[in-house]
Amino acid sequence: MALSRIQNNSYEDTAVHGVRNLIINGAMQVAQRGTSGATGNGYNSVDRFRIASGGTSQWALTQTQETDAPTGFSKSTKYSCVTAETTLDAADWAGIQYTFEGQDLQHLSYGSASAQSITLSFWVKSSATGTFGVSLFQPNDSRIIGSTYTISSANTWEQKIITFASDTIGIIDNVNTEGLRIYWLLAAGSSYTGIDNTSWKAYAGNDFADGHVVNLIDSTSDNFYLTGVQLEVGDTATPFEHRSFGDELARCQRYYYEYSGANSDWLGLGNVYQTDQVICPVYSPTVMRALPTLTKTLDGSSEWLTTYDGFTGTNSNASTSLNSKGTSTIASSYIYITGTGRSGSDGQCHWLTIKTGAVLHFDAEL
Amino acid sequence: MNEINITSAQYVSFLGKNISVRVIVNNQTLDVPLDPDNRHYSEIMRQVEAGTLTITPAEEE
Repeated sequence: MALSRIQNNSYEDTAVHGVRNLIINGAMQVAQRGTSGATGNGYNSVDRFRIASGGTSQWALTQTQETDAPTGFSKSTKYSCVTAETTLDAADWAGIQYTFEGQDLQHLSYGSASAQSITLSFWVKSSATGTFGVSLFQPNDSRIIGSTYTISSANTWEQKIITFASDTIGIIDNVNTEGLRIYWLLAAGSSYTGIDNTSWKAYAGNDFADGHVVNLIDSTSDNFYLTGVQLEVGDTATPFEHRSFGDELARCQRYYYEYSGANSDWLGLGNVYQTDQVICPVYSPTVMRALPTLTKTLDGSSEWLTTYDGFTGTNSNASTSLNSKGTSTIASSYIYITGTGRSGSDGQCHWLTIKTGAVLHFDAEL
Repeated sequence: MNEINITSAQYVSFLGKNISVRVIVNNQTLDVPLDPDNRHYSEIMRQVEAGTLTITPAEEE
């Protein structure tokens, strides 16, 4: 191309390149915990999106990963009411929560005159029509802002776009802990509605559901699908930023990963500390956000571990404790395992495998 | 908004030093490292400071 054909203002490229979407797993592709999980508050299926609720709940919600999705997407997450509460108490509420690390939002410049507005876009499908609330909660300075959207057709995918004003007062700390939460509300009792939160304000303890009307936990026919979630800087929603499954999985594993015993997988080589106590190093796929909490899913025999010395293995439900040799080496931790059921001499090497059907969960979620 | 219902808590020690807290939440055992950035540990310490939870000492190794 002749130099004369190159636009002399090409350096004035103002488009936003790189990662536009601040949400991890917005297309709901990754569900390390499984396509369906336990009921109740917590991360139960699709990564990074959790059920959140409060009050004297009689209801129960489940979260699943679904292949029902709008054009351009292959997955969604579905929230289903499996135990209904026909009449909400004033202090009852339920929703879907996504949480960001504070250090990932520093470019929003919150707490300064340069603070940026942000735009949230998402696809929803609900069994009920009506007005739903969405709120942002900033825990560092306990600040909140909310908005509403309307689902006009039941059981139909609709895209919603909401722009939130910048917060020039509240500062999001530059930390690896909570910086900002998004709540998609599914139900909210009277204690939480009717208190204006349409601009950033100090959180008063109950003003996070202004304008929310629908009660989506009053029938076991209630459900709510969500996918295509994108949060980006500015006041314009751009097309969804699709990322590869591998890319999203790696991002999710900063917060959670698991060793599954689907095929009697290796945990690793353990060194006998004394008798039936073993130290086993573990390496996470990426540097985790914090040292993870360790939990176990047991197999049908209420066991999870097989310990070998030679060809002979001993099954057990040994106790575990995870620690790191250094605060900066979260990718390299060790598990202190006690009660393997197999005695060894100090320093002896034991092979450790996870029993088929058992799972070790490493959880550093926010 | 993110409270956890903890029914028991006990330190786990290794080489004479506490390395984690073993807690029971909804009938599930969680091994929680002593990392202030870990959300479970943060919540445990919040409840301890509030006087609603006591962590029992570790058993002898």
